[in-house]
Amino acid sequence: MKVLLSWLNDFGPFADPENAEEVARVADDLTSLGLAVESVDVVGDAVEGVVTARVMRVEQHPDAAKVRRVWVDAGDGTERHVWCGASNMSPGDVVPLATLGTTMPDGRTIERRGILGIDSEGMLCSAVELGAGTDGGGIMLLPGDSPLGVSYVQALGQSRDVVFDLDLTRNRADCWSVRGVARDLAAHRSQPLAQPGRGATFAAGDERSVVVDLVDGDRCGRFTATVVSGVVVGPSPDWIARRLTALGMRPINNVVDASNYVMLELGQPNHAYDADAVGGGFRIRRARPDERIVTLDGVERSCTDDDLLICDGDDTPVGLGGVMGGANSEIDDNTTVVALEVAWFESLGIMRTAGRHGLRSEASARYERGVDHELADAAIHRFAEILAVTCPELVVHSGRADVRGAGLPASDTSLEVRVAKINQVLGTSLVASDLPALLDGLGLVVSGTGETVSVAVPSWRPDVRAEIDVVEEVARRYGYDRLGRSVPRAAVHGHLSPSQRRRRELRRLLVGLGISEAMPNPFVAPDTMQQAGIDGPTMHILNPLVAEESVLRTSLRPGLLNAVAHNEHHRRDGVALFEIGHVYPPGDGELPDEYEALCVVLAGRDAHAVVGVWREIAAGLGVGAMIDQSSRPSGLHPTRSAVLRAGRDVIGVIGEIAPDVAERFDVAERVGVLEVRLDGLLAREPGPTAHRPVSRMPSSDLDLAFVLADDVPADRLERALRQGVGELLVSCELFDVYRGPGVVEGSRSLAFRVRLQHRERNITDADIAGVRERCEQAAAKCGAALRG
Amino acid sequence: MIDEIQRARDAAMAAIASSDDASLDRLNGELLGKKSALASLKAGLGRLDPDGRRTAGQALNEVMGEIAAAIDDRRAQAATAALAARVAAEQFDLTEARPLQPRGHLHLVTQAWERLEDVFIGLGFTVAEGPEVETDWYNFEALNMGEGHPARGEFDTLFVGRDPSEQVGASGTLLRTHTSPVQIRAMLAQEPPIHIVAPGRVFRRDTPDATHMPVFHQIEGLVVDRGITMADLAGTIEAFTRAFFGEGFTSRLRPSYFPFTEPSAEFDIRRPDGSWLELGGCGMVHPEVLRAGGLDPEEWGGFAFGFGIDRMAVMRHAVADIRDMYVNDIRFIEQF
Repeated sequence: MKVLLSWLNDFGPFADPENAEEVARVADDLTSLGLAVESVDVVGDAVEGVVTARVMRVEQHPDAAKVRRVWVDAGDGTERHVWCGASNMSPGDVVPLATLGTTMPDGRTIERRGILGIDSEGMLCSAVELGAGTDGGGIMLLPGDSPLGVSYVQALGQSRDVVFDLDLTRNRADCWSVRGVARDLAAHRSQPLAQPGRGATFAAGDERSVVVDLVDGDRCGRFTATVVSGVVVGPSPDWIARRLTALGMRPINNVVDASNYVMLELGQPNHAYDADAVGGGFRIRRARPDERIVTLDGVERSCTDDDLLICDGDDTPVGLGGVMGGANSEIDDNTTVVALEVAWFESLGIMRTAGRHGLRSEASARYERGVDHELADAAIHRFAEILAVTCPELVVHSGRADVRGAGLPASDTSLEVRVAKINQVLGTSLVASDLPALLDGLGLVVSGTGETVSVAVPSWRPDVRAEIDVVEEVARRYGYDRLGRSVPRAAVHGHLSPSQRRRRELRRLLVGLGISEAMPNPFVAPDTMQQAGIDGPTMHILNPLVAEESVLRTSLRPGLLNAVAHNEHHRRDGVALFEIGHVYPPGDGELPDEYEALCVVLAGRDAHAVVGVWREIAAGLGVGAMIDQSSRPSGLHPTRSAVLRAGRDVIGVIGEIAPDVAERFDVAERVGVLEVRLDGLLAREPGPTAHRPVSRMPSSDLDLAFVLADDVPADRLERALRQGVGELLVSCELFDVYRGPGVVEGSRSLAFRVRLQHRERNITDADIAGVRERCEQAAAKCGAALRG
Repeated sequence: MIDEIQRARDAAMAAIASSDDASLDRLNGELLGKKSALASLKAGLGRLDPDGRRTAGQALNEVMGEIAAAIDDRRAQAATAALAARVAAEQFDLTEARPLQPRGHLHLVTQAWERLEDVFIGLGFTVAEGPEVETDWYNFEALNMGEGHPARGEFDTLFVGRDPSEQVGASGTLLRTHTSPVQIRAMLAQEPPIHIVAPGRVFRRDTPDATHMPVFHQIEGLVVDRGITMADLAGTIEAFTRAFFGEGFTSRLRPSYFPFTEPSAEFDIRRPDGSWLELGGCGMVHPEVLRAGGLDPEEWGGFAFGFGIDRMAVMRHAVADIRDMYVNDIRFIEQF
């Protein structure tokens, strides 16, 4: 929302637009009041070096079709020649001339520049080029009687002004007006809110009433219609046009401009209809399904029964209530009598209509936030004052219709406010007698001096509905900066939970293994999970931005596969990536069975590499899971994969990405993959490991090679050997796998190195013989024979 | 005899001088062992008269000691030479080193997330978490944004259902638009005093651009206790500012509006050069929110604050386009 400093000053004064310090102070004050200033723009500031000049003659050069030669007089008696691309000027016109050396608002400098060898001694300017408007269609034409050689701004009678663009919060509906902003500013500076003087007097006339049939009094809480005659449609005076323009509204004619002026100044949207066009009455009702209306912007709109229509006496729609007037009742040059609508509409209905039609007008923006329901009288009066400036014969007729509906908010709102509550929330030590000075300027009238005061809430503050709302107003006026700073005593020392700490350890462990963290999008395309070979139902985004991101992932694999593909395409093969993130398979309840998972992908590495990573994770976190190759998870390599089993629960999958899946994700490399649920792994923190004394006796190694059929997992043999060795075991490691001559087809030789040690004595030959025998027996149970 | 001893000595010393490391052990036996020349001279001592025996014996002992010392010297010399030879042969240019397995890199968001957690832990907070798919009640209703509340329109919410043909919003299941639902979950789960921060992933129906992602991260703080005032909020924000950004940074609160806090504030950070950075929103927990959390607003008070984590990451590392953090390009990741 934009406000103009000169307009604020009508209620002030607050600052001299020429005084940068004062302007900056206004901006600071507004921001500290919660009316955040997004930008401060100076308007009507002259571009130095641009002066008035009269067009002497205009010529077309035969060899330059797109430009004209113009001779101008800048008041010094010499004739200057300029080239000009526009053609809207004629001899006698006064135009702005940027003299040589002028720096334009866009930064370029006007230099002597020739076309066809003929120099241009300056440039004629459009409004856009001067940063003074939106009209770039031609050279700006200045009043014909302007003195020559003076600043064009002087010729326009403009003075410097300042536009503050405010980022208003949703609760401050009252500040969608110049007066509302001025009220806060005046209260902040403890100065009175002045009455604006601009405007003219008008006459009160005989009774002429308009029939108002308020059918939907819930959505339209109040509808007033006033007949105003003596209207002569014409242009607005410059000062009105300039104010509207500065705040982003286009001047139309004096009637429409007066209507908009009142809306900007007071925050009360209103609409002036040609009285003849509305047939002597208004009917406010819901639209019939698919009822049509052409709004002022020329668009035909199809309504629903949730839209509110303003209809004329014949029940023909003349306006989309609270949003935009209809084209059929527009003011035209022949209008002499207008029917002025000043109404109050319920905000949520306006919000729905504006949203449905994609039509956010200045009016709907204000109604959506909440308009003062007692503002009609002031708005009608102000409309007449402003219109009377150009219509000296203006008459406002008595007999105004003013119909109220059930939806109108109650007027005399009063709140009980405990002084102790204020102090409890704010940490202040205010007493009741401090409150009037803080609140009265905002229109919140405090009465009472005890522990509880009564606060009368004005109609323009619909956001103040409870005690805490008054507390906030006190804080705002008291100043957030003055509230003091303390740090509450924490009840506990700050810490991470055990699983949060273990999650961090896991991340560090993975990074230490050379694996980097990725964060793919948790949204995937409808067929992505299937492409990854992952079946099962999914949750869907019902209003996705794009269809490719409309499904909630049930696995982290697709995201990391896409990342591998991306990196391969950029000549970075062999990436090692992990993600710790949520997946969202549907559950039994309203919410999905959301859980946190870890996925690791090792591009260019095989399943053995990823098993190595898993063993590091398991050891690092002190958890265990069995690699169960009897189940082959879908989406993984059918002969190089396994599920991870903790007890009876499957907690993850491990192996390589299935070749067909890799191909579908455009991944050329072999990809080792591990995906595991984290909730259980992180929560299950093992207790501290008890110390085992290190034996001082010498150890002894024994190498054993077994031939084992390919369909028996090596880890089964290893577990059997460990059991077979018994209490002398220090370690048992697989150090060689051999397939080939000397080993029967369909089997392989697995060589283990077993280290033995006794706590109190040396290992004897008898010990070794015993171990070898027990190992042979244990291996035999797995189907393994000692290799001869 | 003395002459013979002297000759034997001279021969021994010559042999030692010309020996190498490998022959020293053998030489030791030849020169000092039972079959050595000196040993046989020693055996002949008995044939001498007592005076001659004493003189020759003494000379013999001296020579044997001398030879033993010479062998030790020679051995030490040989060891030094061998070491020097080995060291010379092992010469290395250390900068020829080939990389080991390169370390991995944490995501920038994780780095910022953990730094923020650490600062708040230092200020006495614990870390709370909640689900990313939420119910309308936790995300809106309990936060004083009931059905039809105009402020809901400011959150471009992504709604979720089991069936893509479901009507939008019919089930009230959604991707949380902020981390604030964790406030409610925390209040319902534990008795005050509550001192938590809740970092997490949040979602908005925003078209991605250089400064926005539909999926991003926030951190939320909540303190609920008896006697909590707005001064506590301002002081906590200030303490965080100094701890996270460093000395010379200060903070300010200025009035704002959020449905779930009142009074509400924006908090800005003032950099040492005097410029301001809008960081996040905060305020005193609204009485209706305390009630939704099962707490009596007459007994308990609290404050809450929240801001974006992604922005902390891109600011710290001068990442011009936030989307770069989510491409998962290793050339980006390994820079940090």
